[in-house]
Amino acid sequence: MPSDPVSKELTADHVLEFPGGYTRTTGPVIGRFLTELRDGRLMGVRTTEGRTLVPPLEYDPATGEPVTDEWVEVGPAGTVTATAWVHEPRESHPLDRPFAWALIRLDGADTALVHAVDAGSPKALPQGARVRPVWRAERSGHITDISHFVPEVTKIVSPVSTRYRLTASPSLTRFLEGVRDGIFIGCRCATCEKVYVPYRLSCPECGNPISEEVALPDTGTVTTFAINNLPDPRAPEVPFVSAYILLDGADIPLIALVGGVPAHEVRQGMRVRAEWVPPEERTLSMTNIRWFTPTGEPDVEL
Amino acid sequence: MREVAVVAFAQTEHTAHDTGLSEPELIAPVIRAVKEKSGLSTFGFTCSGSCDYLAGAPFSFVSALDALGAWPPISESHVEMDGAWALYEAWVRLQHGDVDTALVYGFGKSSLGDLRTIMTLQLDPYYLEPLGLDQLSFAALQAGALGAPRAALDAVARRSREDGRANPYAFDLPLEGGRSVVEPLKEWDIAPITDGAAAVVLAAGDLAREITANPAYIRGIAHRIEPHYLGMRDLTRSASAADAARAAGVGKAPVDLAELHACFSHEELILREALELPEDTVINPSGGALAANPVMATGLIRIGEAAQRILDGAARRTVGHAASGPCLQHNLVTVLEA
Ligand SMILES: [Zn+2]
Repeated sequence: MPSDPVSKELTADHVLEFPGGYTRTTGPVIGRFLTELRDGRLMGVRTTEGRTLVPPLEYDPATGEPVTDEWVEVGPAGTVTATAWVHEPRESHPLDRPFAWALIRLDGADTALVHAVDAGSPKALPQGARVRPVWRAERSGHITDISHFVPEVTKIVSPVSTRYRLTASPSLTRFLEGVRDGIFIGCRCATCEKVYVPYRLSCPECGNPISEEVALPDTGTVTTFAINNLPDPRAPEVPFVSAYILLDGADIPLIALVGGVPAHEVRQGMRVRAEWVPPEERTLSMTNIRWFTPTGEPDVEL
Repeated sequence: MREVAVVAFAQTEHTAHDTGLSEPELIAPVIRAVKEKSGLSTFGFTCSGSCDYLAGAPFSFVSALDALGAWPPISESHVEMDGAWALYEAWVRLQHGDVDTALVYGFGKSSLGDLRTIMTLQLDPYYLEPLGLDQLSFAALQAGALGAPRAALDAVARRSREDGRANPYAFDLPLEGGRSVVEPLKEWDIAPITDGAAAVVLAAGDLAREITANPAYIRGIAHRIEPHYLGMRDLTRSASAADAARAAGVGKAPVDLAELHACFSHEELILREALELPEDTVINPSGGALAANPVMATGLIRIGEAAQRILDGAARRTVGHAASGPCLQHNLVTVLEA
């Protein structure tokens, strides 16, 4: 009795093959289906009980009775009734990327066709999904004349890009002049005494015109914040923190970036100071403020 | 109807790789074992089950006869399917009444080629085989249609592997799910590649009791088949298994244990429902096909394992089940009683 392991020298490869393929006759029923398939049509055959078999068989699977001569066009769309997701396609499979096998009940059929669906991901192919065939350009009357199925169109993506030209208002211009000079310019409403920043020309609370300018310091307190995990062209890195900062002496907060501190350490009540870019690099822009960084002072009770 | 019983059963210690044994060399030990167990050296009828595509060699089943000694000439037959169907043929042959004993065996080495490719060749050549639809894919389609909860599949897979580790003939497979192969099936939902063989001796009438104290009498045996094409069937049920179970009389009395030929976890769920097995019936104490799957012997082993519990005196009434074809297309159900 030979013992394990087998001698490598006495191991050989062996291929079983039918050169040129195996020739099969199709008969009138399968032949009709494949002939119509070559013309890009999907046909089903009626049973005596009135059910439509797709793909057609010579007999009614329920009764064993021969099918009728009545043919009906079905599909081309159909409804998926079951799927299996192939993570690693094999050489013999219809697609060379991950795909689904599916049972597809073509419109007008009473039985389901088995075929491959190119769906991108298993989530894109729930039970009940609607699919349509993708035909091969060169058809020969073979089940693979349908290359595969793809989901029906249920959504589209519309790119939107519209251009505008904006000019800063007088109040914004005034505020940005302050930012250029390293000062936050706000305003005080003469009626309700509220201090607003940025500078504005009317009071959002009482509606009265405002003319009194107030210079505010570049220190303040974080009142609330958000940690952003999606990149933004205006942000230095991901994740970044955007926060409402109540400048000392102001009654409403300003929205700005917080940096120089790990995102998870930012908290309500944290004391921060604006980090300005060098004076020679400044323009009439908010980019003069890189971000607000912690001052290290004790937190403030809000 | 003649009384026919399983009086001896043997199987190989299955392997996951080719040990280099030729098919007669693989079969010979189990033939020797059932000859010893039954005390019989010749048989009225011999029938085997195998598939030449597994070895990729035509008539490999004929050369396997070298393990038996076919001279002087013997009365012999072969089915190109699981040995369970060879047992059915032998049972029919014993009903003729002119011979009293039969040797049945099944064997397969699925490690020699790629089982997924080979099983594709058994599919309908017009609509399914050209797509390259392989064995895991059509099983996964059925699992998808069934929509069984992952926890239910895991329970079957884990229990099968645990029981398999306690079975000296089956594999010690890891108790973890593994990666998803064809979704929704994971590695442990899939029967392992296996080489192996099994043999059973049937004896009729009084001879059965002379051979062994506890013959496992075949009180019912039936098989039914469904349409081949997957889309013509309700894949969530097994109508043929249910019909075969009714015809074999599974439900006529309590069943102590059932050995089900489930090569994929979800198949056990479908079969359990089809056979209407109650909660207290023990399923696949051997670990089943998920713990060792010598293709073409796996179904015969289910009958052998179910019979062995009766031969051992451990059970009174058991069921052995075998399946064939894509998605449980063809089912054979055997009811065995003490
Ligand atoms: Zn006001």
